[in-house]
Amino acid sequence: MASESTMAHPFEDAPNHVTPTVIHDPILSKTDFRSVGTRPLRPDGLDKVTGRARYGADFNMPGQLVGLVLRSPHAHAKIKKIDTSKAEKLPGVKAVVTAADLPDHTGGDQSMYDILENCMARGVAKYDGHAVAAVAAVDAPTARKALKLIKVDYEVLPHVTDVDEAVKPNAPLVNPRMLTEGVEPKPKKASNIAKRTEFGHGDVDAGFKEADVIVTRSFRTEQTHQGYIEPHACVASVSPDGTGELWVCTQGHFVYRNHCAMLLGMDVSKLRVTSSEIGGGFGGKTHVWAEPVALALSRKANRPVKVTMTREEVFRASGPTSASSIDVKIGARKDGAIVAADATLRFTCGPYYGMWAELGSMTAFACYDLKNVRTVGYEVLVNRPKTAAYRAPSAPMAAFAVESVMDELAHKIGMNAVDFRIKNAAKQGTRASYGPVYGPIGIGATLEAAKKHPHMKAPLGKNQGRGMACGFWFNFGGQTCTDINVGPDGSVTLTVGTVDVGGSRASIALCVAEELGVPYEQVKCIVADTGTLGHNDMTDGSRGTFSSSMAGIFAARNAITVLRERAARMWEIPVEHVTWEDGHAKAVGEKYGNLAPLSLKEIAAAAGNTGGPIAGHSEIVADGAGVSFATHIADVEVDPETGRSKIVRYTVIQDAGKAVHPAYVEGQYQGGAAQGIGWALNEEYIYGKDGRLQNPGFLDYRIPVCSDLPMIDTQILEIPNPNHPYGVRGVGETSIVPPLAAIANAMSNAFGVRMTHVPMSPPRVLKALEAAKKA
Amino acid sequence: MQYEAPETTKAAVGLLAKAKGSAYVLAGGSDLLVRMKGGFVEPDLVVDIKRIKPMREIKKTASGFVIGAAVSCAEMNENKALVKAWPGVVEAAGLIGSKQVQSRCTVAGNLCNASPAADSVPALVAAGAKALIQGPKGKRKLPVEQVAVGPGKNALKKGELIEAIELPARKDRSGDAYLRFIPRTEMDIAVVSAGVNLRLDKKGVITEARVALGAVAPTVVLVAAAAKAVIGTKLDEAALAKLGEAASAACKPIDDKRGTIEFRTKVAAVLAKRAAEIAYKRAGGK
Repeated sequence: MASESTMAHPFEDAPNHVTPTVIHDPILSKTDFRSVGTRPLRPDGLDKVTGRARYGADFNMPGQLVGLVLRSPHAHAKIKKIDTSKAEKLPGVKAVVTAADLPDHTGGDQSMYDILENCMARGVAKYDGHAVAAVAAVDAPTARKALKLIKVDYEVLPHVTDVDEAVKPNAPLVNPRMLTEGVEPKPKKASNIAKRTEFGHGDVDAGFKEADVIVTRSFRTEQTHQGYIEPHACVASVSPDGTGELWVCTQGHFVYRNHCAMLLGMDVSKLRVTSSEIGGGFGGKTHVWAEPVALALSRKANRPVKVTMTREEVFRASGPTSASSIDVKIGARKDGAIVAADATLRFTCGPYYGMWAELGSMTAFACYDLKNVRTVGYEVLVNRPKTAAYRAPSAPMAAFAVESVMDELAHKIGMNAVDFRIKNAAKQGTRASYGPVYGPIGIGATLEAAKKHPHMKAPLGKNQGRGMACGFWFNFGGQTCTDINVGPDGSVTLTVGTVDVGGSRASIALCVAEELGVPYEQVKCIVADTGTLGHNDMTDGSRGTFSSSMAGIFAARNAITVLRERAARMWEIPVEHVTWEDGHAKAVGEKYGNLAPLSLKEIAAAAGNTGGPIAGHSEIVADGAGVSFATHIADVEVDPETGRSKIVRYTVIQDAGKAVHPAYVEGQYQGGAAQGIGWALNEEYIYGKDGRLQNPGFLDYRIPVCSDLPMIDTQILEIPNPNHPYGVRGVGETSIVPPLAAIANAMSNAFGVRMTHVPMSPPRVLKALEAAKKA
Repeated sequence: MQYEAPETTKAAVGLLAKAKGSAYVLAGGSDLLVRMKGGFVEPDLVVDIKRIKPMREIKKTASGFVIGAAVSCAEMNENKALVKAWPGVVEAAGLIGSKQVQSRCTVAGNLCNASPAADSVPALVAAGAKALIQGPKGKRKLPVEQVAVGPGKNALKKGELIEAIELPARKDRSGDAYLRFIPRTEMDIAVVSAGVNLRLDKKGVITEARVALGAVAPTVVLVAAAAKAVIGTKLDEAALAKLGEAASAACKPIDDKRGTIEFRTKVAAVLAKRAAEIAYKRAGGK
C-alpha cells in the first residue's frame, strides 16, 4: 500500500464509520423509494453482450507501437548487466527501456519506491516474472524478437516462496535491509518480517482461565489470484511537450494518474487518464504495473505504445493475494459464552512491505462480541509477486481459520453452530476486536435469517454435509467528486469518477433519479476521465456505489437549489416560495400556490434566459461506510474414494443497508461466493523448488467453470446505514469471506474430518479422509 | 513460415518429407496453434490436412471403423454407429477441452501430441485401435499404444503422418468405457484416467479385457495384469479389488501441479474399477 503522502489508507475512516452519531436530518432518513430498489436493465449490458464495449486493449492510436516486457525467469537474482544494444539495433524497434529509463522521482516515499521497483526491477529481480526490461516495436513479432536479443546477466540468489519457511531464522532474505516494524526495541538484524501489528482488548490469558473448552488449531491457505477475465492493458501516449495520455483498464484512473505522474516525474495535471470498461478487477486493478512502463516506452519512442499482458504475465507478475499461515485459539464456557480469543496471522506480501496480515488481524474476530481478544499479524516477505488487494483482502483467510474453530468449539460444547454464533454475535455498541464501537449492524440478523432459512432444514443426500460460516468487511468511503449537468432537453448527465466494476453506474443513476424525482431513464451516468473531475479514490473497499451515490445525491441537491432559483426567476417570485417535489418546482404560499408546477424539462428549456446551464457539483470525503456482515450456508458432496467435492447447494445472506439495484446486489453476493468456492476447493499458486510458478494459466490454475457451481441463492437484508442518505452500505466484498470456512465446516460435518489447508483439493481431502479412516 | 493445405495424402507426405527445418501437421490446431501462440514452437512448415477428403470421413467397414485423421471429436460424437459401437472411445473424445475445442480437435492429433494425459488415448488403447501411418516409404500400421514414446514424443518418422485411426468391429457381448479424474466438471486435463474394454461369454464371464491408464506414466499404459485380474470372472468384488491393485501397481506417476504420486496411484484403481463396471454393463453383464 502506498504511504499517507500519496494515497489514503484504504480504511482510514474505519474508526469513524462506526460513530454512533445518527444524523437526524429528515432528508437523511428516506425510507419511501420510487427508483431505488427497482431493477432496470443495466446501462452497459447491450454494448457488452454485442462486443461494442471498449475494454483496455480496445483503444488504438495512429502510429501505435507494441510494447512487450522482458521478465525474470528467476525467483531471486542479482541483475549484473543488461545489454540492450542488439535489441535496439533491430529494425522496427523504436525504444528499449530498463530501470535506467525510470529514474527515481519518489523523493523518499518508500511505498512509491516499492511500486517503481515492482514495475521494473532495479538491480535485483525479486520474483519469477519481475519485469527487467521492455521494448516498443512496430509489431508484435519484432517486439518478441527484440526481447530475445536483450542479454541479462543474472547472478542467481537463494530464494524463499513459502510463508512458514520465510519466517524461519535461517531463511534467505528477500530484502537484506528489512528491519521489522512494530517491534520494540526495533530489531538490528534483518528478517523477512516487515511488520508486526497487534489488535484487541481485555486480558486474553485471564480469559482462557475461565474457559471450559479451548480449541487451538493451525491453518494454511495458499496464494490465489483474482482471476479477472480481462488481462491488464493500456495505451500510453507521451508528447514531446511533456503532456501525456493513458487509456487503461483500471479500478481507479485517478490513482493510476497520480502514481504514474510521480513515477514518470510529470505534473499530475499533465497526465490525462481515461478508464476503459473493466473485465473484472476484484482489487487486482488497484496497482500500476505495465502503465508506467508503457509511458516510459512512449516517451522514449515518441509514439503511442500499447502494452497488453498475456494471461501468463497476469499470473506471474500482477498482484495476487497472500498465502497465509494462521494459529487460532478460542475458549468458551459450557453455556456457549466465549471468554477469550487469540490469533496469530502470517501473510505473504511478495517482496515488499504490505498491510495484509494487519487486515487479517483486524477482520478475524470482527463478527463477535468479545471481552478478551488479541490478534497479532506478521507481514512476511517472499519471492513472489507483490501482493495486491483481492475482494475483502485478507478477511477470507482469517475467517477460514476463526470460523473453523468456532464450529469445532460449538460441536465440543454441544451447541448448534448457528446458536453458538448468535450467542456471541457483535451488536450495536459492541467494541470491535479492531477497536471501534459498532453502530447498527447486521451480523445477528443474518444469523437469525440463516436459522430460519429453508436451506438449513433441507434433507442431505449420501456423502453430503452442510456447513455455515460468517464474514465481515469494513467497507470504505473515501474521496469522491461528482457532477450533474442538466441538458437543454431536461435529461441529466451524471458524471462520476469511480470506475464501474459492479453496476455502480446504474445504482448511482437510480439514487440521483430518486433525489431529483425524475425517471431513471432520464439520467445517464458516465465515468469521466481524470481531466474532468477532482480526485476520486479507487473503486475499492466496496465504495463505488456507496460514495458516488452519496456525492451524486448531494450534487442533485445542489442542482435542485439551482433549479428552484431558476423557477423563481421564471415566475418572478422569491426563491423561498419554491420547493422541489417529484421532479417539479412548486410555488408555495397563499400568493403563489395557484401557479402550475414547472417540470425539470421546462426549467431546462428556459435555462438560456434564466442564468445559463444548470448543474450541480459535489466533492466529499464519504465518511461513514457502514460495516458489512454475511452468513453463508453450503452443502458439499464429497466422493470418498477420490476426495473430489461438489457444491450442491449454496445460500448467501447479507446486509446491504439498502439494496439500490437488487439484481446487482444479488450478483455481487453470487460472484463473491463463486470466487470463495474456487479458492476453497481448487485455486492455488504452485511454485516449484526453483521458485518458478508452475501454473500460470487457467488450465492449471483452476477457477470454477459454470458447471462447477449450483445456482447460488441469495437473501438481501436491509439494516440501513445511518451515515448514507438512503442507508446504503457497500456490498461488493463480504460475500467472498465466509465460503472457505463454510465449505470446510460442511466437510467436517459430513465426514468428521477437519480440513485445515486451503484449497481443499482432492489430494488433500482424500489424504485426510484416509487418515481419519485409519484413526 | 510456409503454410500448405494439400488435397491428397500423397502430397502431404511429399511436403513433410521434403521439409527443411521444423514441420508440423495441422488438423484441428487445438494443440499446435496454442503452442505457436505461446511461442513454444516456431514452425517453418505447417501442413494442414483438413482439405484431404478421406481424412475428413468416418468409414464403417466389415472390419470396424476408419476415422480420418482430420475428423473432429464433435463429428465422432455425431456418428450414431460409432457411438453405439464404441461409446467409451467417443465419450473420451467428447471430454477434451470445451465444446468449441471438440469441434476442432481430433483423436489422431491427440495421439500424436503424445501427452500421457490425453483423454482419447486410453480409450483407444483399451479398444485395440491402430494408427494407419503414411510416409515416404509407404504405409504401416501401429497399435495406438506404440505411437507415443514419451511425453510430447511420438514414433512417427520424418515425412510420416497418421492418415486414420482404425477401430475393430464391435464384437458380441462387449463394451467399453472411459473415465477421467478432474477436480472440475469440464475444461480440464486428466489427473488420472482409465479406459476399459471387456468381452463376456453368454454367462457373463469376462473372456477378453483390455485396461489402459492415462497420466500415471510417461505414456498411456496398457495394463495386462489388470486385464488378467478380471478375465474369467463376473467382475465380482474380489475381481474388482484385484483389478484395482493391478492398476495401482502399474502406476509410475510423478508429483506435479495436477496431482501427487499417492493420489494418482490410488485414484487409478478407483477409476479402473468404475470404468470396468460401466463396460461390463454395456457388454450386457449384470
